[in-house]
Amino acid sequence: MAKKFLSGNEAFAYGVRLARPQVISAYPITPQTIVVEKLSEFVEDGSLKAEFIHVESEHSALSCAMGASSVGARAFTATSSQGLLYMAECLPYAAGGRFPIVMMNANRSTALPWNIYGDQRDSISQLDSGWIQAYAENAQEALDLALMSFYIAEHKKVSTPFMANLDGFVLTHTYEVVDVPTQEQADEFLPSLQTDNKMSLESPKNLAFSAGPDTNTIFKYKEHIGILNVSDAVAEAERRFEKIFGRSYTGLTESYKTEDADYILITLGSISGLVREVVDKLREQGRKAGLLRLRYLRPFPNKEIAEAVKRAKAIAVLEKDISFGNEGTVYTNVNSALQKAGLSIPASNYIGGLGGKNISGEEIESIFDELTDERSRVEFLGIGGEDSGSQR
Amino acid sequence: MKPYLREKIPAGFEDIPDTTSYEAGFLVTKNAGWRNVRPVVDTDKCVGCLNCYLYCPDGVIFKKDGKVAVDYDFCKGCGVCKKICKIGAIEMEAEK
Repeated sequence: MAKKFLSGNEAFAYGVRLARPQVISAYPITPQTIVVEKLSEFVEDGSLKAEFIHVESEHSALSCAMGASSVGARAFTATSSQGLLYMAECLPYAAGGRFPIVMMNANRSTALPWNIYGDQRDSISQLDSGWIQAYAENAQEALDLALMSFYIAEHKKVSTPFMANLDGFVLTHTYEVVDVPTQEQADEFLPSLQTDNKMSLESPKNLAFSAGPDTNTIFKYKEHIGILNVSDAVAEAERRFEKIFGRSYTGLTESYKTEDADYILITLGSISGLVREVVDKLREQGRKAGLLRLRYLRPFPNKEIAEAVKRAKAIAVLEKDISFGNEGTVYTNVNSALQKAGLSIPASNYIGGLGGKNISGEEIESIFDELTDERSRVEFLGIGGEDSGSQR
Repeated sequence: MKPYLREKIPAGFEDIPDTTSYEAGFLVTKNAGWRNVRPVVDTDKCVGCLNCYLYCPDGVIFKKDGKVAVDYDFCKGCGVCKKICKIGAIEMEAEK
């Protein structure tokens, strides 16, 4: 291992290089650009032997990756925001085709108003596309996730494309010290790609076909089972990862001081670091606060959430997302997890960080303050003025 | 390859592959459900020129014993073959 000073984008690119993809097709978009720039440099200097394909759009980027994957090549692409939305037609196509493509998405606001800064509306709007969705907290996790994402996506029981999300700028552009594993370690971790849906001259395949009303449901059910199998594949990948690299991860969620917590904040992505600090501060004051970080949104960690919060007096979901006309989508999903587990815990939703607006430690602290009245509410952070941000 | 296609139409859960792929030639779905008129070839008139084969937009016309035949699993009933047949060997009949 070598320690390097890397941004989230660069760390992810190093992770992708270690995975030795054979085809990279991508189109640049802020704040994702650096990951593909870095990979193009790796291809240029010969340290990564891959076809780097300059495409004319994100729609083509993913179409190209599907073509590569269909002949058994390990394929990578990356995008963000408007690019992801432009790619949207191809997302369920790749998932339904069971092509284990890996994509990094730099989480960024969606227009209008035009905005290049970070929130998670881009990826969360695509939750139903059939892709695995993971959210990294820091640059080290970004690198490790890059490597693990191929293992998980290509797992025989999964065979589903993987979207690894990094918060735009806060994570993609912030520099941290990162352990970069050796290629030998990475090769030990990640076997070569073996797919069942590979076209070859020896074994010609029929792919991307129609399936009418008679069989369609079965195909979709099997797609659903594939992504549900991610839960076991993640556990397997993380055990293997720890053995080789010595770093451990905690599956679909990460609990921080939730065991005896009265009040738990559920969130995802880079904001978790700050929430952890607030939890520590409150703990010093003798207040039983906890954090549950969702590392994956698909498959959704229903059981893990229920298990972590079942003793809490109230919980809140803090997310950089709004499903207009309803509430934050993560909150909707969390409520469904509680309902299915038979838990009736007051659950609130705090929507913040839209278009890159900072979420402060004070705001997080005040969420924990408000939770003590143990009722459910949906609030926007950072509205100000006469409107307090409470949803009417 | 055609007879092989017909023999292996997937019927239930076990026949559906886990990864949306079949060995080449595997027919997943017949695709002719919306046809309301079908081309019928008068094999006595047909001289086997295969002009209809060249013009068929769905590639459903094939040769059988020197005459043309139609694959009704895929024919959409557009009538291009009837229109193009110079000797009038193809008629369109209503589906019942």
